[in-house]
Amino acid sequence: MNTIYQPAIHFHNVCFEVGEQRILQQVTGSFPTGNITTLVGPSGAGKTTLLKLCNGLISPTSGEIFIHNKPINSINPVALRRHVGIALQSAPMIKGTVYTNLSLPKTLQGMSLSREEAISFLGDVGLDPSFLEQNVTELSGGQRQRVSIARTLVNRSDILLLDEITSALDRTSVKEVEELIVNINQKYNVTIIWITHNLEQAIKIGHYTWVMMNGRVVETGKSTLLNHPTKDVVQQFVEGCLE
Amino acid sequence: MSYTTLSLTLLFVLIPLILSKTLHLGLEKDTLIATIRSIIQLLAIGYILKFVFESDSMVYVLLMIALMIITATFNARKKGKNIKGITWKVAITVIVVEVIVQSILLGFHVVPATAQYIIPISGMAIGNSMILSILFLNRFQGELESHRDEVELILSLGGTPKQAIHRQLITAIKASMIPTIESQKTIGLVQLPGMMSGQIIAGASPVQAVQFQLMILFVLLTSAAISSSILGFLSYPTLFNDRMQMLKDKF
Repeated sequence: MNTIYQPAIHFHNVCFEVGEQRILQQVTGSFPTGNITTLVGPSGAGKTTLLKLCNGLISPTSGEIFIHNKPINSINPVALRRHVGIALQSAPMIKGTVYTNLSLPKTLQGMSLSREEAISFLGDVGLDPSFLEQNVTELSGGQRQRVSIARTLVNRSDILLLDEITSALDRTSVKEVEELIVNINQKYNVTIIWITHNLEQAIKIGHYTWVMMNGRVVETGKSTLLNHPTKDVVQQFVEGCLE
Repeated sequence: MSYTTLSLTLLFVLIPLILSKTLHLGLEKDTLIATIRSIIQLLAIGYILKFVFESDSMVYVLLMIALMIITATFNARKKGKNIKGITWKVAITVIVVEVIVQSILLGFHVVPATAQYIIPISGMAIGNSMILSILFLNRFQGELESHRDEVELILSLGGTPKQAIHRQLITAIKASMIPTIESQKTIGLVQLPGMMSGQIIAGASPVQAVQFQLMILFVLLTSAAISSSILGFLSYPTLFNDRMQMLKDKF
């Protein structure tokens, strides 16, 4: 991986275990600041666990994680999670309207989100203002995913973790969200780590990619490596995905 | 009432036993165990109370209350086994309820400071606190399991554990208090409360029986509110670690 970039996040020998089960093993590597890095790999490879470690929702069993060169454990968890935003795959919502959900990050800080700001965030994810007062139970899977992305943007985090955020979207919506993420990355220099099962998306959008299997990082480099992997296991995985 | 007369009331046990056998409910063994246990437990407590009342010693009164608190604590804690230190949390809750109730009743001379008043009222307050603790823990556990994603979402957005668990905590507190409040709304209309009925049967004036019953209702209301609130606020921090992460085995 190109070393001229300062790492936004650095993993050093990180392991994560639940009981006897090893979810992540000896993960070492960096996510360069201001770039989009995609995480690809089969289900159960440990990708979501890796994202949750970055946001401090869980801590490694062993090894160290650094956020902008500071040990993650030295950062207050609340400050860390506002600084490193995450959009979860299930796009969980709290009871209420789209506005209640969009303003949640502000509410948690004892502040409020103006309707104009809320409309602007909705616009960013391609939803029109009429959605603002809609109850979240009435949203489709794709609309929930968009609201979830918009809500993550409210904290204006400088690192964004995205867990399969386009998996529930149609082809047109996927394109719009891809453009949005690229735009955020370019405009605000936000570091993005994006889990995707869509290898074409990883090649098109990501600057870099990590290929993960069985809790290990098996190959890293520029996203184009997915076009010609050096390792057989990655080659097999890529072929399986593209078939 | 003589024991011979009392033994005639065992007919009320015979009826459910016959029904259980006829309808194949399979409840004969449980019914018999429940009947034998209630006879032994109530007769034992009757003789113990007789001894305590006659001895007129506060030491025995305090011992009785301590026994009630210990029994209530061990009964209620079963529902919150995944909450660290649940035994002490329930014990503290029940003790606070008892102290507040007795401070008000004895402090304002609502009832005389004698075993005859202190023990039955303690029994009702502690018993209610135990039931409320069980109801709260049961519901809280259910809320945590069904809203795990919501708790994780709030933490992920930079919320504190208190903010993350707030909705589940309030829902569980409210839900555990509803039976107490609802039963008070219909009291006297649907059924006469046990204590009041007992007093009337024993020959007390119905108005005086009502006055005591009202006092007990108010005691139960405060016992309900204090129990679920204290237990709730003592329990939730143990569900998270110092990095504000959900402890996996708690959710």
